[in-house]
Amino acid sequence: MLIKSVAPGDCKEFEITDERVYLNRREIIKKMGFVGVGSLFASSAATAGIADLFGGSTAPAVFQQRALQFGAAEKFPETLTPEVKVTGHNNFYEFGIEKQQPAELSQGFKVDPWQLKISGEVENPLTLGYDDLYSSFPLEERIYRLRCVEAWSMVVPWIGFSLADLVKRARPTSRAKYLAFETLYDPAQMPGQKSRRMGGGIDYPYVEGLRIDEAMNPLALMSVGLYGKTLPPQNGAPIRLVVPWKYGFKSIKSIVGIKFVEKKPATTWNLLASREYGFYANVNPAVDHPRWSQASERRITTGGIFTQNRIPTLPFNGYGDQVGDLYAGMNLKKYY
Amino acid sequence: MAINIPKQWLPRIKVLVHLTALYPLINLYYSAIQDQLGGDPVEAVIHFTGIGALNLLVIGLLLTPVARRFQMGFLIQFRRMIGLYAFVYALCHMLNFLFFEVQLNLQLFVDEVFERPYITVGMTAFLLLIALAATSTKKLRQKMKGRWQTLHNFIYLVVLLVVIHFYWSVKSDIVEPLTYVTLFFILMAFRYKKLRRWGDKLFSRL
Repeated sequence: MLIKSVAPGDCKEFEITDERVYLNRREIIKKMGFVGVGSLFASSAATAGIADLFGGSTAPAVFQQRALQFGAAEKFPETLTPEVKVTGHNNFYEFGIEKQQPAELSQGFKVDPWQLKISGEVENPLTLGYDDLYSSFPLEERIYRLRCVEAWSMVVPWIGFSLADLVKRARPTSRAKYLAFETLYDPAQMPGQKSRRMGGGIDYPYVEGLRIDEAMNPLALMSVGLYGKTLPPQNGAPIRLVVPWKYGFKSIKSIVGIKFVEKKPATTWNLLASREYGFYANVNPAVDHPRWSQASERRITTGGIFTQNRIPTLPFNGYGDQVGDLYAGMNLKKYY
Repeated sequence: MAINIPKQWLPRIKVLVHLTALYPLINLYYSAIQDQLGGDPVEAVIHFTGIGALNLLVIGLLLTPVARRFQMGFLIQFRRMIGLYAFVYALCHMLNFLFFEVQLNLQLFVDEVFERPYITVGMTAFLLLIALAATSTKKLRQKMKGRWQTLHNFIYLVVLLVVIHFYWSVKSDIVEPLTYVTLFFILMAFRYKKLRRWGDKLFSRL
């Protein structure tokens, strides 16, 4: 049973915006008429909501999340980001480049059956099916800060298992120096992969990577859920990586492959703009993004625009004690 | 064939334009204060007012060529109003950034304006817009005579800067900014002769 401890600043149930109102807000803005020209090209899926307003409403089916069994986390001193914001404000370009699009366009996403294939330089290659994702390792809740490279942040109660446990089970060979992760490639389900405009001009599938010692760090989490339930598609269902000391784009979603390799693997945002996004992408207030400062961040919790929420960004997103040793002696300005 | 409207309609259309421009803005801030603008209301108000300002600039620059082509002289009377609303949206855009994004951290505000080329460009456009808005009264127009038009021709530079500002601000999704780049060139193509004349005049003074 999930026992939720409520901090004084936490969002109460009655304060949460009704989901229908929330899901509708962009349509309200669209009706007001001031949207970018990009919306002229919006796919039929994206504009279905407008048509619905005139032709009898058929609410889109909502992805069904299930409750999970897990060891609950200890109380976290910082205010959690409300679930409706964690699941409504996402960068998941496979489902569109705007923050609300993943929640709108991913609800029909199929996660069962699923195959997560662990391969490469390992003695025990294995494939986890959908049910295996929840039963192979004990699940625990971990409350982490999530710092996006765009200088906003959240606090999210994830559920998952240590990536280190998975690595140990695969028994990497001595040649395994890096892990190369890959997101599902399925343009039929992911509109951003079908259209370059919807997907922000990224070459899919999305790929990410970690050094093997980074992957073995106890903080690295393979997440299968949040807020007590399985992940919704917009947050990377059914399984995603969470590396809280790195910018959010490292925490790759909807993973189908983890390959142990000898050479540093390519990573999506680095391929797209290597001057702006490095392989390491450790949260670092001292190294600015070329186009904006990384010294501080806006924490997304509750409240409207008048909530004062700009806070200083901490080295390694505040996890320096746990991960600092991984980068001892490294020039973090060069290896950003 | 000229398309005209009865004179008494003009004030009514003006009221309609006021409402069309103001209602989204009021609605936006109401929703933003109520936290009903999605996960990050700050990003939402910044983007909405930015795109709104650019759309109004484009509409403003469309009025003259459309009025010429279809002989709809009455449209000319809306240019100032649309231009001023573009300024209002741009002002909101800039204030959103100051109040809600950097949250009155003036040091950070100044650093961002000078260190980030896309913000420098945006701020330059905004300063020019202030000059245009401040000289938009009939009185000043008459007082400034020829210089008024020269000053207000800077609106083309403003739109160019705003389009660059938009293009540089996005992470990877360049289709929408590029659409505005195309729109800019179309708008300028309508004014080819004027731009050339203006250029000649400028160079002959140097």
